[in-house]
Amino acid sequence: MRLAGTAVALVLLALTLLAVILAAGGYDVRVALAALVRGAAGTPDAVWSATLVRATPLLITGLAITLAFRAGVLNIGAEGQLLMGAAAAAAMGLAWHGPAPLVVSSVLVAGLVAGGLWAAVAAVLKLRFGVLEVISTLMLNFVAQYLLGWLVRGPMQEPSRIYPQSATLDAVARLPLVIPGSRLHAGFVLALVLAGVLAVVLTRTAAGFRVRVVGANPLAAASAGRIDASRVAFGAFVLSGALAGLAGAVEVAGVTFALYENISPGYGFSAIAVALLARLHPLAVVATAILFGALEAGAVAMQRDAGVPSVVVNVVEAVLILLMVAVDRWRSRRMAAQAGT
Amino acid sequence: MTAPALVLEGITKRFGAVVALDGASLTVRPGTVHALLGENGSGKSTLMRVAFGMTAPDGGTLRVGGMPHRFSSARDAITAGLGMVHQHFSLVPALTVTENVALGGRGRFNRAAVAAQVRAIGEATGLHLDPEAVVSSLPVSAQQRLEIVKALAHQARLLILDEPTAVLAPAEARELLAWVRRWAVGDRAVVLITHQLADALGVADDVTVLRHGRVTLACAMAGLAEADLVTAMLGAPLTKASEDANRRTVAGEVVLRLDGAGVIDGRGVQRLAPTSCEVRAGEIVGVAAVEGSGQAELLRLLAGRLAPTRGRAEVPTTVAFVPADRHRDAVVLAMDLVENLALAGAGAARGWMHWDSRRVQLADAMTRFDVRASGPDAMMRELSGGNQQKFVLARELGDRPSALVVENPTHGLDVRATEDVLTRLREARAAGLAVVVYSEDLDEVIALSDRVLVVHAGAVRSLAPDREAVGRAMLGAA
Repeated sequence: MRLAGTAVALVLLALTLLAVILAAGGYDVRVALAALVRGAAGTPDAVWSATLVRATPLLITGLAITLAFRAGVLNIGAEGQLLMGAAAAAAMGLAWHGPAPLVVSSVLVAGLVAGGLWAAVAAVLKLRFGVLEVISTLMLNFVAQYLLGWLVRGPMQEPSRIYPQSATLDAVARLPLVIPGSRLHAGFVLALVLAGVLAVVLTRTAAGFRVRVVGANPLAAASAGRIDASRVAFGAFVLSGALAGLAGAVEVAGVTFALYENISPGYGFSAIAVALLARLHPLAVVATAILFGALEAGAVAMQRDAGVPSVVVNVVEAVLILLMVAVDRWRSRRMAAQAGT
Repeated sequence: MTAPALVLEGITKRFGAVVALDGASLTVRPGTVHALLGENGSGKSTLMRVAFGMTAPDGGTLRVGGMPHRFSSARDAITAGLGMVHQHFSLVPALTVTENVALGGRGRFNRAAVAAQVRAIGEATGLHLDPEAVVSSLPVSAQQRLEIVKALAHQARLLILDEPTAVLAPAEARELLAWVRRWAVGDRAVVLITHQLADALGVADDVTVLRHGRVTLACAMAGLAEADLVTAMLGAPLTKASEDANRRTVAGEVVLRLDGAGVIDGRGVQRLAPTSCEVRAGEIVGVAAVEGSGQAELLRLLAGRLAPTRGRAEVPTTVAFVPADRHRDAVVLAMDLVENLALAGAGAARGWMHWDSRRVQLADAMTRFDVRASGPDAMMRELSGGNQQKFVLARELGDRPSALVVENPTHGLDVRATEDVLTRLREARAAGLAVVVYSEDLDEVIALSDRVLVVHAGAVRSLAPDREAVGRAMLGAA
């Protein structure tokens, strides 16, 4: 109930902010907002095919960020892990033919493994040499981006060798649609299930409890809990990368059906905002991912129908995060003032 | 007759259902040292946080130098001439003395001027510090001097010192108290929050005692005896538990064994020379050392929380450990009590967390160890220090351990909580646990222990609990 109230408040806040920005930019606020709402939720198909399709990669990478941040691992390399997951998934989907469930599964597993391995590079650097993961994961994003650029122009380029993209996946390698006639694929359902699983794991299982303790106080985790804190953080790191890689695989198998250089418009970075806005609660990530999905889907319509550059929604997203940080700060100050005897 | 330096009148403060302060008053006269005493959780710290603008009271008035004030932040209090030195220092370790003093100032940072001010304060008050020294390289006593100098640099005329001697060696503590005595003249005054009744009796002119948020004693110190203070703090005279009542001479089988175990840290510095020792079931082995002698490593080896870099440590996995720094090593402040209870054994836990049974376990542990909190969902950060310590002991002893290793178990605790903790340790021995106790308070070690391991310069000797012999060995004398 509180979650729903917060979600509604967030939507209203986002729209108000947007209205202010549009007005300041000299646009017709009513026309622009109408186009935005139409694009995000004007018709059932807008919801299925635009908003929720957009929300899917944000949701899965948002969960990836949530898991890492909860363990105290500042993985900001979800973008790179997503790209590597997408590349591996495309390669797997193009590599073999067989029964559809098997091929699709192998595509998703390839994404998981590639994303996990990409994160493992940074995780090993951290564990062995104490390299800050903020730096290493950020750098690995660039490496992944250029690696992808080379792949679609080199070994994975489509047979005619004209476009910088891979060949197109056959039907057996594609995720089934949830609603026939729309573009909403099974990846969204998978993402919802993952959110539920992560929520249960974090609150109800020993492994999830260890992740939270290590994130909150690694020294107490080691001393009082006899938890191997660096191992737990390593595991959460790699799993976080695997989830981000899965998001890439889902995008390939559910939306693009081929590997492109710009397959992600920065999902891995937006996901940080999605996760933080949800206060690192997996179920709240569902709400914030859909909100961001709706904003971005609406932005496309707004640009098309009202001539407003779609980047304004990025401004709204950023301001939402700043507001939340400010409110958090204010709250923790109040709590600090209340505490103590 | 000059106005009182600080007057708090009828201060009331509630935290949820808990009444921390119930009409508490305090009058500090200029030119005096005022001792503020009370058990853990009696409201001393809250009262001083109100005085320093860190906590907004629900009722009551505050006057500084006769003028009514309403502080909304510590900055207001500093402007009004108050200075507070907290038990946990608020210094930036990577900065120099000068830079730390300049923190919180306004306008341009004039390094030379601030350094000159540090020297001038040193000349005037005897609190000498090297302005260019980096704080992390300073010993604790110098860091404390720096905290005071910081307050004086902001023209503080009333200093609030929260447990200032807790972190100091006895000689340093005496020096600090003598300084406090000399400084508190004219329009200046000091509020001294302490658990050391002897310190309060020795140095204070006036005393205010709080109990459950109310003032139980407020008068001049002259003519009072330790027993009067104890009565005011506890409500009834406390009978000191007999030290030798259940001292045992026959110990059971070996539970903890070190065989040439030594520790070399990451920078190649030897922290503990290869050591061999045994701890048997049903005995309390004291550890005595001056701070930084390698006793922390010895305790962690015995507790199985540290692997030796050479030699062997034969330690079961069922060793309970109560570390000195509970905020850092024992609890998660941002989690609730149920989760903090579940922390013990979390490393080996598999499958589901059974929160409901943990909750039952917690209720039981809180009753048995008299842990006071608003309920099982209370955050660890809401508990007072004494209750946190009791919680940690309850948790560590809850899993039927075969041994118990404790480090400074009564640090910062009041008389009653201290007595509680010591009783628990004796009970653990009676229950057949191998108990290892380190304390900075040598008398405590001697009183508790069946024998004492003395750590000096990284090497360990086993001695009988004889005050003089142990004291000499600690300092490296033959």
